[in-house]
Amino acid sequence: MLTYIIRRLLLLLFVLFGVSILIFGILMTFSPERRAAAYVTTPQQAKDIPRLIQQFGLDDPFYIQYFRWIKEVSRGNMGWSLVAARPVREAFWRYLPVTLEMNLFAAPIVIVFGIWLGTISGIHRDTYIDHVTRIFAIVGWSLPTFLFALVLLMVFYGYFHLFTPGVISDQVTMFILDNPEKFTRFTGMYTIDGILNGRLDITLDALGHLVLPVLTYVIVVVALNMRVMRSGIIEELSKDYIITARAKGADKRTIHIKHARRNALLPVVTVAGQLLAMSMEGSIAVEVVFTRQGIGWWLAESATQLDMPVLMCICLFMGVVFVVTNLTLDILYAYIDPRIRLT
Amino acid sequence: MSHQHPRLREFKFTLYRIVRNPSAIIGFTLLLFFSGVALFAPQIAPPKYAYNPYMMPHKGYSPTPKPPSDSNIFGTTSGQYDIFYGAVWGTRTAFKIGLFVVGISGLVGVTLGAVSGYYGGIIDEILMRITDIMWSIPTLVLAMAIVVAFGRGLDKVMIALAMVQWRWYVRVIRSEILTLRDEDFVQAAKIMGVSDPKIILRHILPNAIYPVLIMASMDMGSMVITAAFMSFIGLGSPRGFSDWGQMVALARNYIVGPPDDPLRFWYTIVIPGGCIVLFVLAWNLIGDALRDAFDPKLRRR
Repeated sequence: MLTYIIRRLLLLLFVLFGVSILIFGILMTFSPERRAAAYVTTPQQAKDIPRLIQQFGLDDPFYIQYFRWIKEVSRGNMGWSLVAARPVREAFWRYLPVTLEMNLFAAPIVIVFGIWLGTISGIHRDTYIDHVTRIFAIVGWSLPTFLFALVLLMVFYGYFHLFTPGVISDQVTMFILDNPEKFTRFTGMYTIDGILNGRLDITLDALGHLVLPVLTYVIVVVALNMRVMRSGIIEELSKDYIITARAKGADKRTIHIKHARRNALLPVVTVAGQLLAMSMEGSIAVEVVFTRQGIGWWLAESATQLDMPVLMCICLFMGVVFVVTNLTLDILYAYIDPRIRLT
Repeated sequence: MSHQHPRLREFKFTLYRIVRNPSAIIGFTLLLFFSGVALFAPQIAPPKYAYNPYMMPHKGYSPTPKPPSDSNIFGTTSGQYDIFYGAVWGTRTAFKIGLFVVGISGLVGVTLGAVSGYYGGIIDEILMRITDIMWSIPTLVLAMAIVVAFGRGLDKVMIALAMVQWRWYVRVIRSEILTLRDEDFVQAAKIMGVSDPKIILRHILPNAIYPVLIMASMDMGSMVITAAFMSFIGLGSPRGFSDWGQMVALARNYIVGPPDDPLRFWYTIVIPGGCIVLFVLAWNLIGDALRDAFDPKLRRR
C-alpha cells in the first residue's frame, strides 16, 4: 500500500509539472508584442512595447521564461487580472467562495438523489419506473447547462418574479457597503456569513439566489451518477451471493439495501473524479447565465477579454484540484478494494 | 443460419437488439430528420447571399425581436435575423462540428490507444503520461484556453475541441486492447506470422471498437453543446452566423420581455434551444441503445 501511494505521489508531481508546461505553452503561442500589449491602454503608450519586451524579457527562450514564471507562481504571484482590476491572487480568493458555496449545496443533492434514483431504476429494471427514470436521465444529460439555466431564468424570474439572478440582492450589497462594521466576511459565502453575523435575512436572501443555480446543476449532473449506480445494481443483483441471500430467505429490502447497494456504490467512487470535472464545467455555464461572480464567471469573462494570467491561474488551480482529488479517490478505492493494489 | 460467418451473425443479433429498443427508434428518427434538413438546407431555406450561405439574412438592424409572421415563419431574433433560416442552416453547422471533432479526435485517440495498448512498454508509458497531463484539466476549460490562444472563430473552437477530446478515446480503446492482447486468438495469429498492423486492424479493433462507437455517439451531442456554449459566451462563431449557440447568445437579452408580457420573446430562445436539445438527444438515445446492445453483461438475457 505504501509503495502504491509513493508511486502515485511521484506521478502526481510529474503530472503537475506537465500541466504547468502545457498551460505555459498555450500562453507562449502569443507573440511577445501581444503579451506586452496587455499592459498598454492608450495608443500613445504603444511605442513603449519594445521597452516592455526588453524589461520583462518577453523574447527570452522558453525555458528561461518558464522558470521565471514558476518562481513567481510558487511565491504566490499570479499576475494582474484586467477583468477583476486587482491582482489575480486577491481576486481568486474573492471569487472562489461563490463557486464553493454553490457546489456545497449542489453536491449532496446530486450524490443522494443520483444514488437513490439509480438504485430504484436498477431494482425495477425494465419496468415503467426504470423507463421513466432513464428517460429523465437521458433528457437531463442532453440539456445544455447554459440553455436550461436560461429557460429557468425565463420562467421563474421573468414570469413568476421569483429568484433574481446574481449572488445577493442589491439592498444587501448596499447595506454592507454602507455599514462595513456590521457585517464581517468570515468565509465569503453569504449563506454562512449571514448565520455567523446573526443576520438570518441575509442567509435566506442568499439561499433564494441559490435555488435556480443549484436546480440547474443538479438536473444536468445527476444523470451520470444515476447511470453508474443503475448498472452497478444490475450487475450486483446477478451475482451468486445475492442468490445465496435469496435462498437463505432474506427479504428483498435487505438484499437490495444491505447487499446490492453497498457493493454497487464502489463504481460510483470511480466516477467521482469525472463528476468533479463536470461540476467545474457546469459551474462556468451556471455562473455566466445567473451572473454569479465566481470562478467560472471570471474564467468566461477572462477568455472573452484575453486576460491570460487569469486563464492560466484557473487552469492551474483546476488541474491541481482534479489531480489531487483523483489521487485521493484512487487511494481510497485501493483501500476499499484490495484487488486494485495487487495489479 | 448456422453457416453464417460468426461476425455477421453477431452483427445481426446486435442490429436486432438495437431495432427492438424504443429509444433507438426515436433517436434514429430524429437523426434522420436532422440529416434531411442538413442535406436539403439550400432547398428548404434558399440562401440570400450565395457566397456565404451560413450568414443569416436580416432585414434592418432593430434589436427588438419580431414574432412569427408570413415572411419569417419562426420570427426574427435580435438584429432581425431570420430564426427559421438560422435553425435550418444551423443543422449543417452542428453536423460539421460533431463530425469534425469526433472524427479527428476518434481517429487520433484510437490510433494512439491501439499502439499504446498493443505494444506496451516505453511507448505506452510515454503516451499514457501525456494523456494523464491532458486529462487533468476539464475539457471546456482547456478548450477555452486553446481558443483564446488561437483566436476566436468556430473553426478554432472545433480544432481546440478535437485537440482536447482525443484523450477519452485513448483511454477507452487502450483498456479494451489490454484485455484482448493476451487472448488465444491474438496469440494464434501471432504464431501464424501475421504482421502487427494486420493483427491490430483485423483481429483486435473489430472486438474493441464497440465502446468507442458508444462514446463517439455520445460525443457528437456533447461536443455540439460545448461548441454552442463557447459561441454563447462569444468565443465561437461571429454574430449572424447560422449557429444555434450563437442564436441563443443573440436572444440572451430578451429572455425576459416587458412587464405586461414577460414571455413575449419566447421564440428567440426556444427554437434554437430546442434544436440543440433535440439534436443532442438524438445522439444520446442512439448511444444509450448501443450501450444496451453491446454490453456483454446485459446482452443475452
